Amino acid sequence: MTYSDKPRLVFVGNGMAGTRTLEELLALAPDRYDISVIGEESCGNYNRILLSPVLAGEKTIEHIMLNDDDWYQQHRIHFYKGERAVQIDRVRRQVITASGRQIRYDRLVLATGSRPSRIPVPGRDLKNVLTFRDINDVNTMLALSRSKRHATVIGGGLLGLEAANGLRKQGMAVTVVHTADFLLNRQLDATAARLLQHTLEQSGIQFMLNAATARIEGTAEGEVRQLVCSDGRTLKTDMVVMATGVSPNIELADSAGLRCDRGILVNDVLQTFDPAIYAVGECIQHRGQVFGLVAPTYQQARVCANQLAERGFARYIQTPAATQLKITGIHAFSAGQFQEAGSHQVIRFVDQQEGLYKKLVLDGNQLVGAVLYGDTQDGAWFFDLIQQRTNIAPVRDQLIFGKDFCHWPQPASSALPVAA
Amino acid sequence: MTKRSTCAYCGVGCGIEIQVGPEGVTGVQGDTGHPANYGRLCSKGSSLDHTLTLEGRLLHPQINGLRADWPQAIDHVARELQRIIQQHGPDAVAFYVSGQLLTEDYYVANKLMKGFIGSANIDTNSRLCMSSAVAAYKRAFGEDCVPAAYEDLELADLIVLTGSNTAWCHPILFQRIKAAKQQRPGMKVVVIDPRRTATCEIADLHLAIRPGADIALFNGLLQFLAQHDAVDKDYLQQHCEGFNAALHQAREETPDVAAAATRCDLVPADVAQFYQWFAETPRTVTCFSQGINQSSQGTDKGNAIINCHLATGRVGKPGASPFSLTGQPNAMGGREVGGLANQLAAHRDFNAEDLTQVGTFWNAPNLARKPGLKAVDLFAAVGSGQVKAVWIMGTNPVVSLPNAGEVAHALRQAELVVVSDCIATTDTSQYAHVLLPAAGWGEKDGTVTNSERCISRQRAALKPSGEARQDWQILTDVARAMGYADDFSYHCAADVFREHAALTALNRAGPRQLDLGDLAHISDREYDDLPPRQWPLINGSSQTRLYADGRFSFPDRRARLLPVQCQGVKNAVNVDWPLSLNTGRIRDQWHTMTRTALAPPLNAHKPEPFVEVHPVTAARFGLSDQRLARIRSPWGQAIMKVNVTDAMRRGELFVPMHWNDQWARGARIGELVNPVVDPVSGQPESKHTPCRIEPWLPQWTAIILSRHNLPLPACDYAAKIRGARFYRYELASGETLPAFTGSHDLPAFLQQLAGAEAPPPLLYQDQDRRSYRGAWLDDYGLQSCIYLGSGWDPTVTQADRHWLASLFEAGTLDPIQRKALLSGLSPAGVEDCGRTICACFGVGENSIRKCINDLQLTDAAEVGKHVKAGTNCGSCLPEIDAILAQK
Ligand SMILES: Cc1cc2nc3c(=O)[nH]c(=O)nc-3n(C[C@H](O)[C@H](O)[C@H](O)COP(=O)(O)OP(=O)(O)OC[C@H]3O[C@@H](n4cnc5c(N)ncnc54)[C@H](O)[C@@H]3O)c2cc1C
Ligand code: SF4
Ligand code: SF4
Repeated sequence: MTYSDKPRLVFVGNGMAGTRTLEELLALAPDRYDISVIGEESCGNYNRILLSPVLAGEKTIEHIMLNDDDWYQQHRIHFYKGERAVQIDRVRRQVITASGRQIRYDRLVLATGSRPSRIPVPGRDLKNVLTFRDINDVNTMLALSRSKRHATVIGGGLLGLEAANGLRKQGMAVTVVHTADFLLNRQLDATAARLLQHTLEQSGIQFMLNAATARIEGTAEGEVRQLVCSDGRTLKTDMVVMATGVSPNIELADSAGLRCDRGILVNDVLQTFDPAIYAVGECIQHRGQVFGLVAPTYQQARVCANQLAERGFARYIQTPAATQLKITGIHAFSAGQFQEAGSHQVIRFVDQQEGLYKKLVLDGNQLVGAVLYGDTQDGAWFFDLIQQRTNIAPVRDQLIFGKDFCHWPQPASSALPVAA
Repeated sequence: MTKRSTCAYCGVGCGIEIQVGPEGVTGVQGDTGHPANYGRLCSKGSSLDHTLTLEGRLLHPQINGLRADWPQAIDHVARELQRIIQQHGPDAVAFYVSGQLLTEDYYVANKLMKGFIGSANIDTNSRLCMSSAVAAYKRAFGEDCVPAAYEDLELADLIVLTGSNTAWCHPILFQRIKAAKQQRPGMKVVVIDPRRTATCEIADLHLAIRPGADIALFNGLLQFLAQHDAVDKDYLQQHCEGFNAALHQAREETPDVAAAATRCDLVPADVAQFYQWFAETPRTVTCFSQGINQSSQGTDKGNAIINCHLATGRVGKPGASPFSLTGQPNAMGGREVGGLANQLAAHRDFNAEDLTQVGTFWNAPNLARKPGLKAVDLFAAVGSGQVKAVWIMGTNPVVSLPNAGEVAHALRQAELVVVSDCIATTDTSQYAHVLLPAAGWGEKDGTVTNSERCISRQRAALKPSGEARQDWQILTDVARAMGYADDFSYHCAADVFREHAALTALNRAGPRQLDLGDLAHISDREYDDLPPRQWPLINGSSQTRLYADGRFSFPDRRARLLPVQCQGVKNAVNVDWPLSLNTGRIRDQWHTMTRTALAPPLNAHKPEPFVEVHPVTAARFGLSDQRLARIRSPWGQAIMKVNVTDAMRRGELFVPMHWNDQWARGARIGELVNPVVDPVSGQPESKHTPCRIEPWLPQWTAIILSRHNLPLPACDYAAKIRGARFYRYELASGETLPAFTGSHDLPAFLQQLAGAEAPPPLLYQDQDRRSYRGAWLDDYGLQSCIYLGSGWDPTVTQADRHWLASLFEAGTLDPIQRKALLSGLSPAGVEDCGRTICACFGVGENSIRKCINDLQLTDAAEVGKHVKAGTNCGSCLPEIDAILAQK
């Protein structure tokens, strides 16, 4: 390794946010920094989102690799693969890894992401109680699916359903245990959720709703045997996947004295309380908010890269995020404040025969939320309308039918966002 | 095989060739050999085959709503009639018949009532269209005789069309006039009508006359003719009575052109022009129709016109006659047999000589000795209980009579209401105790007479549907069951016709013109082959014109001019009722639409009931075009779509007469019309009723298109329009929907409105805009769809009816059609972007392929730049690469 006199930039975490920041930076200022990347995972950078299709057997790991070792080399990046950063010495400006390596920085980007949270019930540490976050998890599940029959997924959120779908595709009998009375209760409304549940049931997945897990019981060998709910219902199972939310990885920052709450606190340019240290992705907390989707992460990456390249004054502004469920053949979408409240007005459309459902939530003349099920083609367009705060009054009666049916009268057409 | 017959609709009486295949009627076309039309047909005639549907037909007799067989039904009617006659006398029963009946039907009905039951209470809906003309002819000529023939329209140098929207009501005559005028551009046409109708298209002069002022115009003409030495003094002296008295009256009323113009609210120069042309054109035909006849002074108006023709000797000469155009296909046949309460039979009256002759001929046991009740009085008598039993044949008085609400009320009172009709549910049939299925057009067999006295055969091309029978057969069976078998021994229509012809032959001894004597002994075969012929038919000759020799039908063979005075309309407009309501026909509907509304092509022209109003009047009363308005008169009210048009005079409204409770709600204009009749003819004044109008704001409006024929929903305004493979319903209601306040099961309400079996599987709801839409689809495609909104909801008013209609022919809807369905708008121009590839940005496979092809792209990043696909999470990049690789 040769050291140059360029300022040293170090990334901790080579997940989606960190790498995207790096890519953006390289596009803006390829030679500005001497760059190091410390990544705990034992491979290059891959598209985490696509772990679901990998689990479902629709894609392989190779398909979802974004940047392999060559890429790091090409860009003359020092890539510490499979190394965990354990300490930041802010006085000496160096990061110390688990293997004791000390890596000096002039600027540091923390992109440590988050980790699945396990619900605090007895039996959560039994063998074959898993989570779903990275390639290791996927490989474990794939291996178990070959020898075991019954799988239980705790959590009927996006991740849980994608896991359930993947395991079913691997031939397992899958039950989803969910606390609320409908699935995706933070992404969909009850109507859309029921349609979704119906479709998934048709494909063979079973559901236990309104079910709070009380404990997980194991065999004498310490392997999962059954799951018991607080209302007494039990479920025989050979494996449990907990998909009950994530918590930001803040320990490294916290121990270095950076201000943290649920996530690492950052300002609008993604700086932590130490001006030399930035943070992006799921590990941060910005204006009270933590993140769980890739879209805001990428916006942060752009702002952060701008900052690092010392280009302009980009600021990170939170925008409503749209939700997509990635199960082949199922189209579900939501964005904005799709649970109507107060003065909101609602437009609904259903096509029971085709299993379609759409709901738009309006506040005055603005679209503020949308739920789509079955036909999500216009999701991105609705999402744009929400973000642009477009006045939809002139097209309200056709709005739900999508872009092709809405024509603003001429003078107002400048208000029309550039179509997605 | 083709059958020659005649059109079922207007009084032009066009000849038709019906093509019959093994499966039934395959088409109709004009009969090139028929003298009325020489092969041409108007839109109504051309669509006749569409009406030959079993849909809505009455197929079996019914007694009190239960199916019965014919012997039961005949027996029931005969016994009930006899019971009522026994208890209350013959005048307690009445027949109300129709100009749609064939001459043979008419003849048997008239004979049964006047000769055997013993009352003259038989009247016809022709009362509503030409009884004033009948009375005027009788007063002037001594007999109800139309002196002219259609060819006079081609021979005339001046045609005056007064009170006749010939273009729409007698389309083939209009075409003949138009063609003649094209050939001889010197020919003049004057149209006298308060409205600028379609007929004005060929007018050299249009006089938009004040309603009810016609007598003043023609009195002014008579005075002008006298002043300008244009009267035929010799003719008057040799052939006429009463000229001086008539002229005196005319001079009093309208001494000069200016006076006439003032009375008629016309420009003096226009009036002078008309008078001038009339004075200097010997070959002048004056056609008059409902605009003259339907008036409290209809008979006087007819005589005012005839006066001018007599004064100039222009009667029965080539290209010169007063020519009344009858409305119905066989109004003339009805006049011939005497199917009016104030005639006996065969142009005979109730004088001693006529009574003896007819009574003897019929061998009548109970000959009626005095005129009976005319249409309006007849139903009034039903209402008052004086008439207990009424048999209605082939007509719909609950719609067509003035003050129609009263008629419905009267029928509810009656002890016995018998309705024979070919349609199962009409506004009238719902009051019937006994329903008798009659053969319809295409099944009927007999004769009709058109406006020029031409008798034509109407031949059956089909067997009667279900158990339907010819009207004359039904009447004959009832007569037999009442004990008159010997005098009603007819076996076929020809038997009836021969008897009718023989009766008219009695006229030969006197001055009367009606004489079909030549046909009294024709064989069945000859009857079947009978070519169209104009009566009188004596000694092997047919007569094109009457009275050319100046010898009229009075005993002294002289014609009469009558002094007539213009009294204007009976109920003048006033502060409370400031507008004048006019009614009439539209081009593509017939009468009360029982048949025409079945023909989709005929419903496209004017699909909904409407009121026409001048822009200034519209502004004054706050009306907007294509919105609804409520019209009120002292007698009733109706709701119609407003049509703002400067073809109207200010202060006047025009409403079509056709719509009724089967095809519309709230649009039965008969309810508003004043029950004022002409004192001589008894014809109602349907062309003027004082009224007012105001905008009517619906609480909600809706349209429904359905594959099925639904009962009309009960709301304030409703119109049903039959299209090809669907029905369309336009609805509006003044009541708030419970759904608007949220306290309502909306899907169930839509289900009920659309007559569906389940709530709509496709449903759109915007509760705050109160916009609701639903659709039902099955394996065959679109079943029905409904669009409902509050007030004048633009999604309802702007829903693309043509596109929606086309979906009923589309079979299973494609994804784009299905997506567009509840938008109500045609997706024309919307492309199917294909299977979604990029979910984040909603980019479809087709869009990606198109972009790649159009811009010759080679890598995914470029695709992303142009259509955004793959630029977010990148999960679709592999698929985009795959598409690129295929290239
Ligand atoms: C199965 C699955 C499906 C998903 N689907 C979607 C989707 O459809 N749409 C969507 O918007 N989002 C989806 N997400 C969420 C999305 O993947 C995350 O929002 C995104 O990955 C966050 O990026 P990040 O860089 O902040 O975190 P990560 O991608 O998790 O990256 C953090 C990286 O930092 C490493 N790291 C952590 N601590 C240290 C340390 N101390 N030293 C060194 N390395 C460290 C971790 O090993 C990890 O590789 C999905 C997530 C999963 C697991
Ligand atoms: S003009 Fe009259 S008779 Fe002739 S086709 Fe038309 S409706 Fe029938
Ligand atoms: S989901 Fe597509 S599907 Fe995402 S942009 Fe992401 S790449 Fe397109």
